Amino acid sequence: MRSSHAKETFARICFTLAAALSIVAVALICIFLFANGIPAMAEIGLPEFLLGHTWKPSGDEFGIFPMIIGSIYVTAGAIIIGVPTGILTAIFLSRFASSGVARLLRPGIELLAGIPSVVYGFFALMVIVPIIRTTLPGNGLSLLAAALILGIMILPTIITVSKNALDAVPKSYYESALALGATHERAVFRVMVPAAFSGIMAAVVLGIGRALGETMAVVMVAGNQPLIPESIFDGVRTLTANIVLEMGYAADLHREALIATGVVLFVFIMLISLLFAAIKKRGQNS
Amino acid sequence: MTSKLLKAATYAGAILSTLALVSIVGYILIQGVPHLTPSLFAWEYTSENVSLMPALISTLIMAALSLVMAVPVGVASAVYLVEYARPGSRFVRVVRVTTETLQGIPSIIYGLFGLLFFTTALGWGLSLLSGACTLAIMVLPVIMRTTEEALLAVPQSYRQGGFALGAGRVRTVFRCVLPSALPGILGGVLLALGRCVGEVAALLFTAGTVAQIPSFGTEGIFALFESCRTLAVHMYVLASEGLHLGETYATSVVLLVMVVVLNTLTNFAAKKLSKERR
Repeated sequence: MRSSHAKETFARICFTLAAALSIVAVALICIFLFANGIPAMAEIGLPEFLLGHTWKPSGDEFGIFPMIIGSIYVTAGAIIIGVPTGILTAIFLSRFASSGVARLLRPGIELLAGIPSVVYGFFALMVIVPIIRTTLPGNGLSLLAAALILGIMILPTIITVSKNALDAVPKSYYESALALGATHERAVFRVMVPAAFSGIMAAVVLGIGRALGETMAVVMVAGNQPLIPESIFDGVRTLTANIVLEMGYAADLHREALIATGVVLFVFIMLISLLFAAIKKRGQNS
Repeated sequence: MTSKLLKAATYAGAILSTLALVSIVGYILIQGVPHLTPSLFAWEYTSENVSLMPALISTLIMAALSLVMAVPVGVASAVYLVEYARPGSRFVRVVRVTTETLQGIPSIIYGLFGLLFFTTALGWGLSLLSGACTLAIMVLPVIMRTTEEALLAVPQSYRQGGFALGAGRVRTVFRCVLPSALPGILGGVLLALGRCVGEVAALLFTAGTVAQIPSFGTEGIFALFESCRTLAVHMYVLASEGLHLGETYATSVVLLVMVVVLNTLTNFAAKKLSKERR
C-alpha cells in the first residue's frame, strides 16, 4: 500500500513537471530574445530603430521601418487574396458541396496545409515570378509575388477554421430561415455566416499570424530590398526575411539588431495572439 | 438573382482553391518526376551529383530525435491537464496561455532562440542536437493539444471502470485511458512529424547546412554535435544556388510524397479512433 502511494505521488510530480516545461520554454524564449535584443535597441535608439528608413549594417545604420511596412504590406496582400477565397471555399464546403465533392476536396486541403513552405516558395519562384516578370512591370521578385503565394499558403487555415465555425452553427438557425421563406443562399449568407462570424474572424486572425511569421516562401520571391515599396511590383523585405537573410554572417551590433528585429516580430505576433484570444472569448460568450 | 450570384461566388472560391492546389502539385510533379534518377539517391553528396540521400537520412534522424524529446513531455503534460489538474486553477491557466503562445510563435523566432540558447549559450554549435531540441519545443504544443483532445474524448466510464476494479490513478491512466486515446495521440505525433519534415527557418541557424549523414558509426554519440541538413533545408539551399533545378524539383516531389504519406496515416489513425468509439 505504501509503495503504491509513493508511485502515485511520483507520477503526479512527473506529469506536473512536464506541464511546467512549456512555461519554462516560453520564459526561456522571452529571456533570451529580450536580453539579446533590447540592449541593441537601446544602443541604436528606439525611435531610430523602429522609425529609421535606412538599413545599412556596414554604415552602422539600423532602421527597420521599411521592414515593418514590408511585413504589413505583404500580410495585407495575402489577406486580400486568401481571405475571400478561403471563406467562400469554406461556405461552399459547408453548405453547397455534395458530400462526394466535399470528400474529394478534404484531402486536397489537408495536402495544401502540409506542403512545406520551401516548396511553396520554389513554386512561386519558378512560376509566379516569371509570369509577373513577363506580363507586368518590374523584375517579378515583388510584393505581389509574395502576397500571392502567402495568400495561397493561408488558404487551408482560413478554410478549415471557417468551415468548423460554419458547421458549429445550430441547424435550427438554417431551418428557421427557410421557414421564413428565405432561399438556401439567403439563409446561408444572411443567417449562417453572421452566426459564425466570430469563428470566421478567428480564422482571419490566425491567417494574419501565419502570413506575418512566414519566412522561407517570402524570402525566395519578395526581392528583399530594404526599401519601402512604391508599387506592388517593387521588391520588399519583411521582418522575417531580414533575420534569415543576414543572420548567417552578422556579428556584434548587426547581429543584435537582427535579434531586435525578432523581438519586434515577436511583439507583433503576441498582439495578434491577444486579438485571437479576445475574439475566441467573445465567440464563447455570445 | 443575388441568390445565383452568391452561389456562383462560393463555387468560384472553391474552384480557385482547387486550382491553386492542382497547379502547385501538378507543376512540381511534372517537372520533378523525370528527375527522380537513381543517382539522386546516391549515398554521397557531391557538388556534381546533389544527392538527397544524406539529407533524407538526416531528416529521419532529426525528426526521430525531436519526437523522442517532445512526445513524452507533450503526452505527460496533456495527461496532467486532463487527468490530474483542477480545471481553472492558476497553474492550468498559465500552462494554457503558454501553450497557445508557443503555438503562435513563427518558426524563425524558434530558429533565433535555438541559435541563442542551444547553439551559443549551451555551446552545442550548429548541430543535430541543437536543431532537434529547437524542433522539439516547436512541436510540443501540437502534441499537447492533440493528446488533450484525444484524452477528453475518452468516455468517463473507462476511468470509473479502472477505479472500480481497484486500480490507482496511474494504473487507470496507463491501462485504461491512454490505450484508448492512442490513435488520437498518434495523429498528433504524425502532425508534429510533418512539421519537422517541412521546417527550414528554425533549422538554418541551429542545425546548419552540411550535407552529410551524421557519422554515428564512427563517432558514436558525438555525432549529435555534427551539423546536418534536413531535406527541406537541402531543397532551400539547392533552390537558392539555382544550379540544379531539375534536382530541386525532384527533391520537392520527395517532400510532397512524404507529406501525402503522413496525411494518409493521420486520416487512418483518425478513422481507427472513430471506429473504436462506435
